[in-house]
Amino acid sequence: MNPIAAIGRVFLFFLAATGRLALFAGSAVFHAVKPPIYPRLIGRQMVEIGYFSLPVVGLTAIFSGMVLALQSYTGFQRFEAESAIATVVVLSMTRELGPVLAGLMVAGRVGAAMAAEIGTMRVTEQIDALTTLSTNPFKYLVAPRLIAGTIMLPLLVMVADVIGVMGGYLVAVHKLDFGPIAYLENTWEHLETQDVVSGLVKAAAFGFLIALMGCYHGYHSRGGAQGVGNATTNAVVSASILILTSNYLITEAFFSR
Amino acid sequence: MNAAIPKIRIRGLAKSFGPKVVLQNLDLDVTSGESLVVIGGSGSGKSVLLKCILGLLEVDAGTVEVDGIDVTRLRGSQRDALLRKFGMLFQSAALFDSLAVWENVAFPLIQGRRMERRAARDVALAKLGAVGLGADVGALNPAELSGGMRKRVGLARAIACEPEIIFFDEPTTGLDPIMADVINDLILKCTREMGVTALSITHDMASARKIANRVAMLHDGRIIWHGPVATIDANGNAHVDQFIHGRAEGPIQMAVLHP
Ligand SMILES: Nc1ncnc2c1ncn2[C@@H]1O[C@H](COP(=O)(O)OP(=O)(O)O)[C@@H](O)[C@H]1O
Ligand SMILES: [Mg+2]
Repeated sequence: MNPIAAIGRVFLFFLAATGRLALFAGSAVFHAVKPPIYPRLIGRQMVEIGYFSLPVVGLTAIFSGMVLALQSYTGFQRFEAESAIATVVVLSMTRELGPVLAGLMVAGRVGAAMAAEIGTMRVTEQIDALTTLSTNPFKYLVAPRLIAGTIMLPLLVMVADVIGVMGGYLVAVHKLDFGPIAYLENTWEHLETQDVVSGLVKAAAFGFLIALMGCYHGYHSRGGAQGVGNATTNAVVSASILILTSNYLITEAFFSR
Repeated sequence: MNAAIPKIRIRGLAKSFGPKVVLQNLDLDVTSGESLVVIGGSGSGKSVLLKCILGLLEVDAGTVEVDGIDVTRLRGSQRDALLRKFGMLFQSAALFDSLAVWENVAFPLIQGRRMERRAARDVALAKLGAVGLGADVGALNPAELSGGMRKRVGLARAIACEPEIIFFDEPTTGLDPIMADVINDLILKCTREMGVTALSITHDMASARKIANRVAMLHDGRIIWHGPVATIDANGNAHVDQFIHGRAEGPIQMAVLHP
């Protein structure tokens, strides 16, 4: 086998997959903004993505905030800069850990469920049935999930930010003997609007990507139960990778301003 | 409508999946008001044929005319208008398992016709009654139904919008002989009472003999024989003969390795 031909094949396959995904995303966004939209379906997805993810995201956030306080204390003590702990906790939570951890948790929970549900609908001909019943599957299945994901992730991240800061506060005040008022003042002092906003922009992008990957892999699954299983795995893996790469790109876009 | 124009006219239809040729140069006419049954072995491309007509799969070549209009290149609202003429009973019934049974039947009314939920519910329960299912079944989840009940709900959903053309994909496969006959009777009742054009595909000869006016046989990607159901026993075609008598020996070779 010619190695150059093999590389070429892989490259062409990659281009084809990227093109397919771009077409899918374009069509999904088109149907998400063009009426009719289905508020009932969007509402159901918002509950599914937002409300039912609260426990997981909350737990992740509180322990991240707690461990941040502890770790930065260990570090900053060496420079006698303990008062910076509150700032480190709140900046890390709002700019990075809130969106990224919530994104990864929701990718595992919701992205997988979307891929499994839509994939099952594909292999049991339910998507074909939708089409024959004059209902566009993009409008009925994909658009509500994209809209709900893009709206709910920022809301989840707001909650995660607050809980994370609270975790840091608990450790700082009850374990490291900081004054409660001083800790909270330190938290506010260096926090800027942009810190929170950049985190929420990330969250919206992550929510879109999670829903897009779940729908895309489910929509294109084939070959029975095994195909649906593969779609689920691919949805979670690709969403996680896209979250981490786009996280860097968005950070850089905000950083250079 | 001009009686000379067939309801569905297919010419030179071809469909392949990668290197695998499923349909090639297939011609078929379905006359308005008739019940045509296409028979053929498993994997011969019967479902693919229906999906090509509906536009669920894109054809590689050929034309599909419905009421004299080529539909293979239709998009958007024109395709929606076309699909309103059709009802389809899928092989696995394809009920939406996130919705209750009555919501499944009411789905084309609520989504397609923008009917009020309450009014759609009444129509749905009436259609369920027409296929012999009570209002109590309407409240169940599709997962709670037996195979025969699923097919009947699928049938009720297919006729909910009173289509002009109904496709039945293996309506009796996987059912016991008595339930199969119940479904056959329902198909007959629907097609006769509503005067619809029916295109069914099956490999169940008892069902084909019962519901068909005309039978066509799909083999090797094309229609190799067609004629009125009464002439099927005197078809003069070795392939058809082998199929309707279910013999392993004959011109049709199954992809089975003989030890
Ligand atoms: N979406 C698809 N992608 C690839 N191959 C397909 C697809 N749909 C059907 N086929 C192939 O086409 C052939 C005919 O399938 P089908 O029409 O379902 O057979 P049947 O006559 O039993 O209904 C099968 O060999 C199947 O593997
Ligand atoms: Mg089939």
